[in-house]
Amino acid sequence: MITVLTITVLVLIAIAIWQMTKIFELSQLRATKNETATDKDNKVNGYLMFAFLVFIYGITIFSFYKYTKVLLPEAGSAHGAEYDDLMLLTMAIIFFVQTITQFLLHYFAYKYRGEKGKKALFYADNHKLEFIWTIIPVIVLAGLILWGLYTWTNIMDINDDDDPLIVELYAQQFNWTARYGGEDNVLGEANVRLIDIDNANVLGLDDSDPNATDDVIVKELHLPVGRKVNFHMRSQDVLHSAFMPHFRAQMNCVPGMITQFSFTPIRTTADMRLDPDVIDKVKRANKIRAKKAAAGIPNNDPWEYDYILLCNKICGKSHYNMQMKIIVETQEEYDKWMASQKTFGGNTATGVAIQ
Amino acid sequence: MSGTHEHDDDHGHHHKETFITKYIFSMDHKMIAKQYLITGLIMGFIGIAMSLLFRMQLAWPGESFPIFEALLGKWAPGGVMDADVYLALVTMHGTIMVFFVLTAGLSGTFSNLLIPLQIGARDMASGLLNMISYWLFFTSAVIMVISLFIESGPAAAGWTVYPPLSALPMAQSGSGLGMTLWLCSMAIFIASSLLGSLNYIVTVINLRTKGMSMTRLPLTTWALFVTAIIGVVSFPVLFSAALLLIMDRSFGTSFFLSDIFIQGEVLHYQGGSPVLYEHLFWFLGHPEVYIVILPAMGMVSDIMSTNSRKPIFGYRAMIMSILAIAFLSTIVWGHHMFISGMNPFLGSVFTFTTLLIAIPSAVKAFNWITTIWKGNLQMNVAMLFSIGFVSTFISGGLTGIVLGDSTLDINVHDTYFVIAHFHLVMGISALYGLLAGVYHWFPKMFGKMMNKNLGYVHFWITAVCAYGVFFPMHFVGMAGVPRRYYENTAFPMFDELTDLNILITVFALIAGAAQLIFVGNFIYSIFYGKKAEQNPWKATTLEWTTPVEHIHGNWPGALPEVHRWAYDYSKTNENGEYVLPGQDFVPQTVPLQDGEEELAH
Repeated sequence: MITVLTITVLVLIAIAIWQMTKIFELSQLRATKNETATDKDNKVNGYLMFAFLVFIYGITIFSFYKYTKVLLPEAGSAHGAEYDDLMLLTMAIIFFVQTITQFLLHYFAYKYRGEKGKKALFYADNHKLEFIWTIIPVIVLAGLILWGLYTWTNIMDINDDDDPLIVELYAQQFNWTARYGGEDNVLGEANVRLIDIDNANVLGLDDSDPNATDDVIVKELHLPVGRKVNFHMRSQDVLHSAFMPHFRAQMNCVPGMITQFSFTPIRTTADMRLDPDVIDKVKRANKIRAKKAAAGIPNNDPWEYDYILLCNKICGKSHYNMQMKIIVETQEEYDKWMASQKTFGGNTATGVAIQ
Repeated sequence: MSGTHEHDDDHGHHHKETFITKYIFSMDHKMIAKQYLITGLIMGFIGIAMSLLFRMQLAWPGESFPIFEALLGKWAPGGVMDADVYLALVTMHGTIMVFFVLTAGLSGTFSNLLIPLQIGARDMASGLLNMISYWLFFTSAVIMVISLFIESGPAAAGWTVYPPLSALPMAQSGSGLGMTLWLCSMAIFIASSLLGSLNYIVTVINLRTKGMSMTRLPLTTWALFVTAIIGVVSFPVLFSAALLLIMDRSFGTSFFLSDIFIQGEVLHYQGGSPVLYEHLFWFLGHPEVYIVILPAMGMVSDIMSTNSRKPIFGYRAMIMSILAIAFLSTIVWGHHMFISGMNPFLGSVFTFTTLLIAIPSAVKAFNWITTIWKGNLQMNVAMLFSIGFVSTFISGGLTGIVLGDSTLDINVHDTYFVIAHFHLVMGISALYGLLAGVYHWFPKMFGKMMNKNLGYVHFWITAVCAYGVFFPMHFVGMAGVPRRYYENTAFPMFDELTDLNILITVFALIAGAAQLIFVGNFIYSIFYGKKAEQNPWKATTLEWTTPVEHIHGNWPGALPEVHRWAYDYSKTNENGEYVLPGQDFVPQTVPLQDGEEELAH
């Protein structure tokens, strides 16, 4: 497909160049070469302007037709649906305006292409018109602002209502670590000055803080479905950004401060794997991976869908591969998993957070 | 204006000019403009070439290319691009394009060329400062280019150089000497920009010729004037950020750093905040995009009006929009930081101000469209680039509504959606503005005409490829691909985007090649182009009343006097005849004719 596309593009460009050289030759024929636009130039470029309008519409339709499937699947978090709705509305407005304004611009360029002796209209202003196209954006934007701010305030209102699970996301070059509050669901005090790699205290937890003893430190994030999670983000070296696109969630991790984000996962990993869009996506990816594996390119095992945490703030050489798997599961599965973990104090973790 | 009285008449005496005073240490604004343009174009060549290199890496990750080995040397062992140099390339591409091409190359060139010519002045208020400004710019460009060749590599922390990454040499190799040179270069660049801007402001305020009131200024000059003001307001803040960063790096202060454990040891930094740096950076960084786009807007307004043979629609609304954009641009910087960890309430405020700025932008877009309505469009190359500018400005600007909304920004922040947005709205648009300006004022600069047919080929290939590169890129972003990733192969969920990346890269390579047509045309036309007439586009503004041959002082004899605004195209008397019989434009120097009304625009 891509080869066809490339060839089409090349052919189109070749035709454009050929046409242009023809014009070029024609204009060469005249004794004195005129470097300002002639009626012929106006005509050719006027038509090309119209063709360009068709091209803009064409590439829009082509992209939607061909690439809508690559977009993220339905959101896995409670606020995600509202995010997606707002995005859809905004996009609808954008494409409405885009379609109309591009049409006017290029159509006028085609329609009013210059001709010798034609008289342009001396039309310097019209307050009514200008008022109209000031007030329409004002109203539309006011609506978008209000909805956006309402949603933003809801998403960013991070509180301890509804017994949230407290999880720390800890970033360093170039990996993620997660820490659970343990049985008491309270994170122990920590500071990079307390990091003691020899004694396996990689997150700098404070031994003397009783809250730290039952903390559970893991390399794979498990979340029980349906329970609000409050994330506390830390970084030990440079800026990172905890980006969880499937949950419509992102927050920077800033050395020297604790940042927060909160969401409620509503679809388990198993559910997501049954989503038709996800099934198709996995199928397409695995087809590509099989091809690559057959060609002997490493790391192309078949893929199974997972939620993922990516780093989305440039953080150095391996920025492109700083990730952590996220698994959303039922409470029972989660409790079972948690029971298999060790606490910071060295005990076996109990199924966290008595509800 | 008293300072210029001795210049009011052409001085018959001419200092004997040597090659050095004429072409190198020139104080003549027209020569300095050419110096800016050529330096800017060379930097642009470097910047665009870098983008092609990393686009190739994105399309064919991990593949070996002889060109990588040839250009990158030890950074591409066996012809495979290294991850460090990938980051260095994106960083330097951003820095060079934003500051050296679109700031200095665009506003430096055209402020110098057009401000004195359009307001009817002999030269800039201070020719000496103007010369110093250029040579500081040149010095900073040289330092920036030198940093490409040092052992540890150039700066690689992204063009925003956020600390701690940019502050700690152990965090990445580019944060060593490369970063020091980057900061030195930028400090000098800022000094250059300030000297230039102050000069432009003083010139516009003080040296307008008789009759040239502010409401008769062409929009180009208005835009360049306001751009200079934004620069003076915001560049010093970047200077302070750079200074504090230098102190953190070299003198052990903790303005931006705190609680850092890296490579097995705790650093002493305590109490600083990287978020503070982000505020300082974007206090310049956001106005910067308007510093880039406003001159393009101004030039496009004039070029469209001239080539439509119609007055610009809503002249006063255009000025008000420029002023509104300039004011709002200084209070929207926080939309780059919605998820930086700053207070979410601030996010709300910045969402509000950001979406406000869409209003004057929309007004401008509608006014441009109305300007070409019922015109008699002369499809000169500059006109095509101007129409292209409006097209990409709309396409790119609309997605700003997504990014300016704090809620929607959460999931597209720092993804390719952002890249697509700002390249269309400020990158491509400003480049179109620059190219439109070059094609339009080339006769004024070099006394020659550029070849129009090569110009047409250049425009159409560029226009198609610009959309080909950046329209599909929105989809990459909405699929969740973060920017500044060396390759996307670490995430199976991005596997199917490889095709799309190849498509984008192919378009980019063709677009890059098409710029060579422009380079060829530019160089050829300087030497062998058709000799220009005095007023080839039949424009009304003052710069076209100067002789084709450059003379010191711009006008032989007295300075021209201005009697009308700059947009009397196709103006007719009540009987339907043009005001000047047989001529569809009335230059600003022509007094009001019998029975002609001056409209209150």
